[in-house]
Amino acid sequence: MPFNQKKQKFNAAINTVEIGCKEKAIKLGGESVFPLYIFDGPIENAPKIGVEITDMELDNEVAGIKEYYGETASMAEIAKKAEAMEGADFVCLRLEGGDPNGADKSVEELAAVVKEVGEAITCPLVIAGCKNVDKDSELLTKAAEILQGKNALILSAREENYKAIGASAGLAYNQKVGAESAVDINLAKQLNVVITQLGVKAEDIVMNVGTATAGYGYEYVVSTMDRIKAAALSQNDTMLQMPIITPVSEETWNVKESMASEADMPEWGSREERGIAMEIMTAASDLAAGSNAVILKHPQSIATISKMIKELV
Amino acid sequence: MALTGIQIFKMTPKTNCKDCGSPTCMAFSMKVAQGAVDISACPHMSEEALSTLSEATAPPMKTIKIGTGENEFTLGGETVLYRHEKTFVSKTRYAVSLCSSLDDAAIDAKLEDIAKVDYERISERMQADLLYLNYCADTAKDKYVALVEKAAATRRTLVLNCKDVETAKAALAVCKDKKPVLNGADAANYAEMSAVATEAGVVLGVTGSDLNELYDTVAALEKAGNKNLILDVGVSSIKDAFGAAVQIRRAAIKDQDRTFGYPSLVNAAKLAGGDKYLQQALAALFTMKYGSIVVIDQLSYAEALPLFGLRQNVFTDPQKPMTVETGIYPINGADENAVCLTTVDFALTYFMVSGELERSGVPCNLLISDAGGLSVLTAWAAGKLSSATIAKFIEEVKDKVKSRKLVIPGKVAVLKGDLEAKLPDWEIIVAPPEAVQLVKFLKDM
Repeated sequence: MPFNQKKQKFNAAINTVEIGCKEKAIKLGGESVFPLYIFDGPIENAPKIGVEITDMELDNEVAGIKEYYGETASMAEIAKKAEAMEGADFVCLRLEGGDPNGADKSVEELAAVVKEVGEAITCPLVIAGCKNVDKDSELLTKAAEILQGKNALILSAREENYKAIGASAGLAYNQKVGAESAVDINLAKQLNVVITQLGVKAEDIVMNVGTATAGYGYEYVVSTMDRIKAAALSQNDTMLQMPIITPVSEETWNVKESMASEADMPEWGSREERGIAMEIMTAASDLAAGSNAVILKHPQSIATISKMIKELV
Repeated sequence: MALTGIQIFKMTPKTNCKDCGSPTCMAFSMKVAQGAVDISACPHMSEEALSTLSEATAPPMKTIKIGTGENEFTLGGETVLYRHEKTFVSKTRYAVSLCSSLDDAAIDAKLEDIAKVDYERISERMQADLLYLNYCADTAKDKYVALVEKAAATRRTLVLNCKDVETAKAALAVCKDKKPVLNGADAANYAEMSAVATEAGVVLGVTGSDLNELYDTVAALEKAGNKNLILDVGVSSIKDAFGAAVQIRRAAIKDQDRTFGYPSLVNAAKLAGGDKYLQQALAALFTMKYGSIVVIDQLSYAEALPLFGLRQNVFTDPQKPMTVETGIYPINGADENAVCLTTVDFALTYFMVSGELERSGVPCNLLISDAGGLSVLTAWAAGKLSSATIAKFIEEVKDKVKSRKLVIPGKVAVLKGDLEAKLPDWEIIVAPPEAVQLVKFLKDM
């Protein structure tokens, strides 16, 4: 008696959201099955990988990343190399330097960076803010304006600034809106509800439902994504059917395991190897939990996760 | 299929004799239906009723034990597919592989490397749980037995990957007391392999070319009386292995198909084909999705730190907040004169803060007070972390420390004034809002 294979297909689907233009445009979501479950039904749009670059250039990066980019004179060159990376589907420019508690670069200065990067590459572009709510309202509004016609994804609108960013990115300049909440299904849904109430179409929203590094409260990420995908597919909850994008590298390279120097932790071995493993394992887990796209930065991690996705989907 | 209380009640003697400890047969039946008590608590059940019931009320996935003593591990026994539904009960166990094709020096070197990773993280010891001993058919039987003997001399529990009946017998002869797994049965040899495993009293690993073949082989083994099994999801492709791992677990738990109600084994090392980074990705993937034993080729600190952290998170019980015990935690060899810092008993907070404190190299005492397992801001909002709770805790422990400098979390800087009033002989210092800023803060202090 053969195995009675019971497929788990749903009458609902994750929204398909397109980012970028022309032949390099990518589609996120669209599936009617749980993450990576191709034995239940087709997943037309395999999960995508973004390469993170920041306006702070490469000063703080590990050797392998510096080596990949080599002697680059400008942000445009960095962006072009990021676009050319093996396994990359899109580029994510993070405007880290805008942080008032950090480098505190002006909106004008960063706007110039956005313009330079936007003009340098043809692959889809994701713009991430500096995490300061007020600064991001200005910064991301400006970025959305500069990138008109590029169909970029703006990361992200949060509970505190969704009106400014949702209205500018989603309504005024026709970009895609990232909705960022902190690892809680109810917060994620609430934010989608209020952003759509602004007039932004549900099909123009991509969620960042919060992220963590493996080992650092990662169980909340797993359960939040598990529950969101279950609500989206089995209960047809239209306010949770947005595809999920997860920035991985900005978290994983900042924990003790990836930061501690070899002098401090001789038994742990190469710092770069630890950082890569942390990035790869967290990204693989995010994809298993339900991310439709992950943002990474080390070329090795990107090549590896790309290989895994090709093997699975 | 799970039975309702009423269905169970119909099979009880209905005498309300109370021998089972419940006041009535009905009450007993309801408890059995919920899984609160075992059917065997009733001494008056007929044999027939008992067998029907124990079959029906048995958990959907068997619990399989391997190894002995400190290195005994429980696999399977899961009742849910998602951790938020209840909890996962048996952690993924990692097996580092060794092959009989390696020469002695390489085997020794690898065993030595494996022993290097051994540390504690939130009161859990982290190390390679198992050794996976692969029999390479090109090597002599004696060489494999020698490898098994060498591995058996370590404290780790073994998984023997060997499809050759005679070799398996010889290998088990030298290690069966350690209760290893014999991973070697398939559609062709299951009868002999099952006999070898049963005789040695060990768990048998079964594989098949696809899910149907595996299903049939398991059914045949069960029919022959062997229910002490582990299902090897195979190494034909990553896609198939993932599909098998998910579908086996889902069939057992969601569809109550008990033929697949066994723990699984995933050979990530083989699937990755020598790509150590891909192996890292797969180890994480199969920790998330249903690998009971995951075989890897390499477990250095680079792999161990993220992987064990991931496992610890995924397998925590969502019904209990992860807390650490209240009290004084000396860091960097602090004595009673070292500066005091305080925060909440939420494990994640403790872990982040203590990690940063260690990194600073500055000797200090971390005072953990009871905040109901909540994070700093949540505890403050819920009234579980206030100037009163901190002051009360400090009064309790102040005789154990001599320093009168107390650093409070930056997120509750508002408590400073109140605390100065409540603890007049203490200097209250406000820390930066994020844990990562502690290193610089302490070094500058």
